[in-house]
Amino acid sequence: MKKRANIFLVSGGAVSLLMICIIVMGWFWTPYDPTAMDAKAKFSPPSLQHLLGTDNFGRDIFSRVVDGAGTSFVIALCVVAIGCIAGIIIGSLCGYYGGLPDVILTRVCDSITAFPAFLLALVIVSIAGPGTENIIIALGILFIPSFARIVRSEFARCRELNYIKSAKIMGAGGFRIMFRHILPNTLPVLLSAVSIGFNNAVLSEASMSFLGIGIQPPYASLGSMLSDSQSFLYSAPWYALGTGGAIVLLILGFSLLGEGLHLKR
Amino acid sequence: MAVIKRILAVFLAMAVTAGLLCGCGGTTTQNPGPSDETTDSSRADHGNEITVGIAQDLDDSLDPNLMTAAGTREVMFNVFEGLVKPNSDGDYVCAVASDYEKSEDGLTYTFTLRDGVVFHNGQSCTTDDVIYSFETCAATSVTSAVVTALSAITDISAQGNTITITLSAPNPDFISYVSSVYIMPKGYTEQSTAPVGTGPFRFVSRSVQENFILERNEDYYGEAAKLDKVTYKIYEDNNALFTALNSGALDLVAHLTIDQVNNLSNGYNVLEGTMNLVQALYLNNAVEPFDNELVRQALCYAVDVDSMLEFTAEGHGTKLGSSMYPAFGKYFDPALAEAYPYDVEKAKKLLAEAGYENGFSFTITVPSNYQPHVDTAVVLVEQLKAVGIDAQIQQVEWNTWLTEVYGNRNFEATVCGFDASTLNASALLARWVSDNDKNMINYNNALYDETFAQAQSAADESEQTALYKQCLEILSDTAANVYLQDLADFVAVNPELQGFTFYPLYVIDMSCLYFAD
Amino acid sequence: MKYIVKKICTLIITLFIVSLLAFLAFQIIPGDPTTELLGTEATEEARQALRQELGLDRPVLVRYWDWLSGFVMGDMGESYNYRMPVSEMLADKLPVTALLTLLSFIFTIVLSIPLGIWAGSTRSRAVDLGVTVLDQVIMSVPPFFVGMLACYLLGNVLKLFVPGDFVSYTVSWSKCLGYMILPALAIAIPRIAMTVKLLRSSIHSQLEQDYVRTSRSRGSSRGKILRRHVLKNAMIPVISFLAVSAAEIMTGSIIIEQVFTIPGVSRLLLASISNRDFPVVQAIVVVMAAWIVIVNFAADLLYQLADPRIRRL
Repeated sequence: MKKRANIFLVSGGAVSLLMICIIVMGWFWTPYDPTAMDAKAKFSPPSLQHLLGTDNFGRDIFSRVVDGAGTSFVIALCVVAIGCIAGIIIGSLCGYYGGLPDVILTRVCDSITAFPAFLLALVIVSIAGPGTENIIIALGILFIPSFARIVRSEFARCRELNYIKSAKIMGAGGFRIMFRHILPNTLPVLLSAVSIGFNNAVLSEASMSFLGIGIQPPYASLGSMLSDSQSFLYSAPWYALGTGGAIVLLILGFSLLGEGLHLKR
Repeated sequence: MAVIKRILAVFLAMAVTAGLLCGCGGTTTQNPGPSDETTDSSRADHGNEITVGIAQDLDDSLDPNLMTAAGTREVMFNVFEGLVKPNSDGDYVCAVASDYEKSEDGLTYTFTLRDGVVFHNGQSCTTDDVIYSFETCAATSVTSAVVTALSAITDISAQGNTITITLSAPNPDFISYVSSVYIMPKGYTEQSTAPVGTGPFRFVSRSVQENFILERNEDYYGEAAKLDKVTYKIYEDNNALFTALNSGALDLVAHLTIDQVNNLSNGYNVLEGTMNLVQALYLNNAVEPFDNELVRQALCYAVDVDSMLEFTAEGHGTKLGSSMYPAFGKYFDPALAEAYPYDVEKAKKLLAEAGYENGFSFTITVPSNYQPHVDTAVVLVEQLKAVGIDAQIQQVEWNTWLTEVYGNRNFEATVCGFDASTLNASALLARWVSDNDKNMINYNNALYDETFAQAQSAADESEQTALYKQCLEILSDTAANVYLQDLADFVAVNPELQGFTFYPLYVIDMSCLYFAD
Repeated sequence: MKYIVKKICTLIITLFIVSLLAFLAFQIIPGDPTTELLGTEATEEARQALRQELGLDRPVLVRYWDWLSGFVMGDMGESYNYRMPVSEMLADKLPVTALLTLLSFIFTIVLSIPLGIWAGSTRSRAVDLGVTVLDQVIMSVPPFFVGMLACYLLGNVLKLFVPGDFVSYTVSWSKCLGYMILPALAIAIPRIAMTVKLLRSSIHSQLEQDYVRTSRSRGSSRGKILRRHVLKNAMIPVISFLAVSAAEIMTGSIIIEQVFTIPGVSRLLLASISNRDFPVVQAIVVVMAAWIVIVNFAADLLYQLADPRIRRL
């Protein structure tokens, strides 16, 4: 087990470190200006000049990926953090204590899941106005229920387990039991939910940007680049592959790291 | 390049197949066999019917007076006809009327109803139906220009098989509005879901977000359509539409991009026309800094339309220079397109003169459902950087655009395209009169208002044309907007299918299509 | 009995809240049904006339009450855009989405549970490592990316299907089902990966429990313990996840419906929101909410069956 943990830690750590270095580099320097166009270099395939080729405006895809990875990473991280933290708080309280608050919060979560995301985003744009911050709020809210539900069911199960009962008898406080004893049990579920959630956040950001929230063109985000690249699958397959690959690496690195950390414990 | 593409394609194939196999975990799931409608079989036995791919749903009312979406009008052109109808040259030919006469003073029009015109529901068309159609259209049409033109009718009456229409004032464009009054049977109440007209095709069925089916009208008075049946398949994803086209499942797809055309591998005939749209960076003339003519002119000099066309359509498309597109040969003046050659220095000088030597920033609000406009905005932002102007793009959903930008005029600049709802210049020019309620940009120019009014009341056609041309010059001189292009429109057609004709309107005439033997 | 009554009450309350929220949302966002219906050329008078015809000039709560009382009586109203009864539209689209959901749910269960159990109980390090790595990779690939590549490869390179060649279930069930297999798989694959991962780690943590050691020391075979106790316990978190999945597949298959041109409810919902066609939106939102509540209810029941100690609700 230890050895396995190390494999994951090392590989995940390496990929994550690489991606973080690239993202940080992107804040200061990119090989080309990510929005600079070049009519002569439209759809250039990957080469030494353009590592990942160029897009329909002759913009350097590598520079845009580097630039967009940073933006997408920050947005997705915030969204998943909001969803996950709020989900843990709501889910744990509901699952552990039950009763009326549980009934109410569960109803609210159901309502959010049933409420069309597109409509919620429209409402947020019209209340809070357009802007990058608002996409985080909109998606954050949308991401709460799935986390809450998973956490809730784990807590509901665990609170009946013998060791929790004995901890209670020994006088451990509710919060101590919830977060010291039960929460670690939910980690495997949470970790995979986080990596899927991260993925969804990157893509949802793109699907919402046409409402005016999220990244607006010509600035790049990985999600919007991936959806743009769809139109050019035939003329520039490297566009989709480069962008999709970056998303996969970004998420894979962190989920391997998470898996490694979990195994090590 | 080609080699790399092929390698990448193989790589893609491997990656995905691997993914799928792993996902399946080795179990055998039955794949749907190759579809029945693969390229060759469908080509060989077309059964005299075609499948057309369209990129948006026909989600309107189908009532001819209530439909608004360009896509719906494009299809329903085949179902409905007026007393006269436009042909591909932009002239009017007789349809439900067999003949018409205009009095000397331009106040009386006499139409002779054609014999043997039968509605799709079997009813024959009478003068009562024609009068009913005019009255209904005047009362309910959602196209305000048509309503306004019809409101000048003081009397409409029938005698035998002639219909006489009397106007309160002459209107040289009147016949173009007559073509917008679709003739429908009196007393039929289900137009909005099961339309009945007199056109060469009759409506068969509509499946929401799936398909829309038309069949040949066997009782058509004129030369009957050659195709038995036209099925419109609705794709709301451009990529899926293209994949279906490329696999040979579709016989006709219009409004393709240059990129899709370049990648079409299936031996389609590709025809090029124009979209018949005035695409421009529309500037709100009432807000700072666009209330300053110098700033607007500076913007015109700062935008390089040739390079724009290069970026968005490999040079295809037509430069405009004013609110008119080339399909209106009579009014279109190519010289206006060159009025503001690309000149960064001149733009900077004009900006300095206007007091913006350090540039300024503004927001371009773009309707996000139409990718060509978004792409254009992206190029604009990049071009304006050269003169120190910092433009930001703000995408909005179509309904929000209609409400906020078009309705409330709450915007700084927007990229969109205006088309002509009727085949006359006023359809494009009336909106820039200062008190017109569709004057989205708050254009306010006394000379323009005057010239346009003169053109409207001119009895002589050549005089009217000259005045309309003058209107176009005023728009260009005052740089009302940064006029860009009429976008290129590519149509892929099954090579066995002949007779496709471009119209100066946004319509596709299915009755002229036929299979070559 | 009391329990069921209680559940039905919560169902009704949720539906009420959701439908009210959706209704109110339309008051906040810009545009109303007439904006889209009348487009750019209509006069203000025409707009007012249409608003009156559609009853949009009345106060919000009156309209909501109208809709609600109609809905309770089984009348879902008429679509503003298509001018046809909403119930007819739903009856047409809902089976398509239901079939897609069902199919991908079946794929998820049939493929992930055996695979998860195998991965969780195997002694082979290599198998375990392989499954884990594969899981991580699949979970890292965006579903949209999978859909888009699948459409390109299967439709264009391999020509296995033609997008839009969808055959309605009213014409032929088998052809409809055939067309649905690929999209259903595209939806199911990430879910399968996640379920396998969850089940595997759940089995592992059960195997470390004291009762396993006790039974082992009493001489029970590993397989017997697995079958008798471990699996049952390990399934509990998986049930919850599958419930969430069932709800999410139904409400969130828009990308797949679009890429594969399937005329399902999600696409209709999206278009109806854009058109501000809210009788349609209301009806779909209510159906979705009902589905979510029912799925969660089913999950709770399964829970209790799997672990009688959980007595709550």
